[in-house]
Amino acid sequence: MKTIAYFPGCAMKDQARPDEAGTLHALALLGYEVTEIPRWNCCGTVYSLAQDDLMRHVGPVRNLVRVQGMGEGRVLTLCAMCYGTLARSARFVAEPERLARINAFLDTEDDFRGGIEVVHLLTLLRDEVGYEKLAAQVKRTLDGLKVGTYYGCVLLRPRLFAVDDPDRPEVMERVVEALGGTPVAFPERTECCGAYLTVGRTDIVGDRVGRILRSARGGGAEVVVTTCPLCQFNLDERRPAGAPTLPVLYLGQLLAWAMGLDEPAVAALVSKEPATGRPVSTGV
Amino acid sequence: MNEITVFIMGKGYRVPAGLTIMKAMEYAGYRLARGCGCRGGYCGACATVYRLPGDYKLYADLACQTPVQDGMYIAQLPFTPAERPAYTLGDLKAEGQTLLALFPELARCVACNTCTKACPQKLEVMDAVQASLRGDIRGVAEFTFDCVSCGLCTMRCPAEISHHHVWQLARRLNGAYLTPRAEHVQTRVAEIAAGKFKAELDKLVTMTKDELVAAYKARQIEA
Repeated sequence: MKTIAYFPGCAMKDQARPDEAGTLHALALLGYEVTEIPRWNCCGTVYSLAQDDLMRHVGPVRNLVRVQGMGEGRVLTLCAMCYGTLARSARFVAEPERLARINAFLDTEDDFRGGIEVVHLLTLLRDEVGYEKLAAQVKRTLDGLKVGTYYGCVLLRPRLFAVDDPDRPEVMERVVEALGGTPVAFPERTECCGAYLTVGRTDIVGDRVGRILRSARGGGAEVVVTTCPLCQFNLDERRPAGAPTLPVLYLGQLLAWAMGLDEPAVAALVSKEPATGRPVSTGV
Repeated sequence: MNEITVFIMGKGYRVPAGLTIMKAMEYAGYRLARGCGCRGGYCGACATVYRLPGDYKLYADLACQTPVQDGMYIAQLPFTPAERPAYTLGDLKAEGQTLLALFPELARCVACNTCTKACPQKLEVMDAVQASLRGDIRGVAEFTFDCVSCGLCTMRCPAEISHHHVWQLARRLNGAYLTPRAEHVQTRVAEIAAGKFKAELDKLVTMTKDELVAAYKARQIEA
């Protein structure tokens, strides 16, 4: 068993809780002892671009301090937004003057020493598990299911923090292949879903989601997968009238099903039977 | 008498050492009509901030629970203005987004932890804000069980959250919807209604005073 510290983020503990359960169970079957950070707070959700507002980095850095306190050198996220915010804040405060000021402010916590690596589910599967080993561990195949691989923006932009080539990513496609699916790398797969505009401008999100889903359907996808609970929510819940009705799942649900766990939404797709209700996993 | 100097609302007074801030203010001549309640640390009415000489920190505590120190600068906060939207508990659900929908400013939390540092009850206030954000209503209720609604976190919060009103709603939701019902109470009420104790009660109310005294003296005190 390999140990890894885990930052769930708020969505994974609320509307995406079933996705978390299945994914973590699958990771356990892949040999990971995943330990949730004690007393974590919101990652910050939206990475602050203000250069002079250190306050916005207190939240993400506090989480990294807690990882440091566990004696771990890296932390896993299952969410693209959490990945982006934590990874970018870690780099932003690495500059000595900023680090000194953040540590002075966090006076009741241990000083942050930097050097915590932020790992996303996809990079863990690619760089550590490996596509071949993943394929070898799969208990049942997706049987050629055509899977639209939706990245969104935060996983690939800005370039410095991209988990893959921002223009021609392939990590999600390779994971889907390893699980026995047929990846559909549709043109709009790296477009933004509208992200947090979902709070106040559902019209903009709906417009973007319609474009993305039409692109996926046009490429022949039978299902779209994301690695971000917010993208998944937007693609599913902000789907405008008339947009393609194909299901939108979290990638971990495919992983969990392929590892032999109970995932009714995936089972329905592979057996070509219509799914009923919201797709949920009952992994743990 | 061992006296020390404290500064109340900016004016220096000599007061006996060992008094609480509240007692010291009264010793100095203040008559506390507001910002003073139970004097026992339960009601949360006497929120107070103070600084100590040579220390940059702004401390927060309850005036009735905190001894004065030499050189202390004291300001009493008789009331904390805080927004509480109207709601009907019966119309709400104890689910993820309920707290955030009524108190959207929760999402402005930057996890600075200033609220936690301000809490005289030593609660993990920021963790409760974070639990609110992720819809963990039971977690909020448990984190804030000992909140006295003094408002000090609310006064210090850069995100302008009205903490104690959020906590109160979370505890109400927890009590109304998430805590298991006390089924045995319903069972016992039904038993009583069906006359389980009627014979014994009738016997008691028809006893003479002497019989009643004798029965009382002969009662079984412990099982």
